[in-house]
Amino acid sequence: MNEGFDWNAVGEALPLLLQGFKVTLLATLLGTVVAAVLGLAIAVAGRAPSRFVTVPVRVVMEFIRSTPLLIQLVGAAAVFSSVEPLTIGVVVLGIHYATYTSEVYRAGIDGVPKGQWEACRALSMSPRRTWQAVILPQAVRNVLPALGNYAILMFKETPFLAVITVQEMVFEARAYGADHFVYTEVFTLAGVLFLVASYPTSLLMRKLEKRLGH
Amino acid sequence: MSDFFSAFMDDLPQLRSGLWVTLEATVLGALLALALSFVLGLMSISRLLLSRGVSRVVVEFFRGTSLYVQLFWFYYAMPPLTGYELSPLLCGVLAFGLNYGAYGAEVVRGAINSVPRAQYEAAVALNMTPLHRMRRVILPQAWVQMLPSLTNLLIQLLKCTPLLWLISAADLMTAVEKLRSRTGETLTAYVTLLVCYFVLAYALTLLMNLLERSAKRRLGLETGGRSLLRSRSGVTAAAAGGAR
Repeated sequence: MNEGFDWNAVGEALPLLLQGFKVTLLATLLGTVVAAVLGLAIAVAGRAPSRFVTVPVRVVMEFIRSTPLLIQLVGAAAVFSSVEPLTIGVVVLGIHYATYTSEVYRAGIDGVPKGQWEACRALSMSPRRTWQAVILPQAVRNVLPALGNYAILMFKETPFLAVITVQEMVFEARAYGADHFVYTEVFTLAGVLFLVASYPTSLLMRKLEKRLGH
Repeated sequence: MSDFFSAFMDDLPQLRSGLWVTLEATVLGALLALALSFVLGLMSISRLLLSRGVSRVVVEFFRGTSLYVQLFWFYYAMPPLTGYELSPLLCGVLAFGLNYGAYGAEVVRGAINSVPRAQYEAAVALNMTPLHRMRRVILPQAWVQMLPSLTNLLIQLLKCTPLLWLISAADLMTAVEKLRSRTGETLTAYVTLLVCYFVLAYALTLLMNLLERSAKRRLGLETGGRSLLRSRSGVTAAAAGGAR
């Protein structure tokens, strides 16, 4: 079985994998948007004055965060079998990561000086206006690098989507590998593509983080 | 629903052995990851450029390529390339250990760097050997810093074990999947599975909290009993172990 590395197969599989890579990027992008928006909503809900809101929010979040993404994906795809896989993938990925990003936002909101809240009260601003005009603009700026980190993490977990037949990069790699029996080449190629995409991004995030003084 | 649970009772032996495989993969993977974290983490603060470089390359490599790809590489790509065939469980342990070891190395490095500089200087002034210094002064303090992040990584590792199902290891997910296809109770099956994982994750968190408390006690830091039941915080996952 030891036939060495088949470069022809790499050349042939590359266009297919790049095709899948577009889906990978799309899923990451949409998932990040869902996670960023929903995470913010959870963080704000977690600061609600009533315990009837905050306690259930915490319990659900803890549950989602402590259970495997793969099962959530497979389960959601099986229950909502009529929905398109990519949509399910993006929503489940987004919800899963929202439980993490909400903690990031929470830290960001905690980082806004207490005097800002007091000033808003003194000016008798409505809660809505307080969040919108004063708290969030200050909080969100500080959390951007951390959100970027989660986007990179999510990017590396997109292969999970292949399990629910989203045709992203690893799905294509597996399909090509199964057809031509060249698993070594396609999985090595997929790994290299991941590395090439994620390493520069994480370098960039680190730079951004340093500039914002974290 | 009751169908599912009667089938659940019938399948208990398989479920138990599945749970065992999942735990085995988690514990062995975590041990490998812990060992690697220390080796790579200590290498990355070494004075030798070569050792720093090697550690950097290994860490970036295993963090940059997806865990999923690594697992499949060990399972599908390694046999034709090298002639060695690994058992699915071993593939899992290797992939989990290497991947989380790379993340853990950053945790170890960060924690050691966070020990105040004066502690090094005091240890040097007391004429301790480098090994003694590390073992008696630096590591006990760094260990307390590391534990919360390591707990997060451990739970993330546990959460990756259903991947074993894809490479046909007979883990917990495999056992429940079989049950599901036999009874057709999709929602119940997956919710049960999620609850199992949640219980496992919480149990591991409690164990790690105990470990953290004993580590703190060794430094003379007292912690209240309430902190033992505390769940993990998401922020440390991002700050220390998560991405970057």
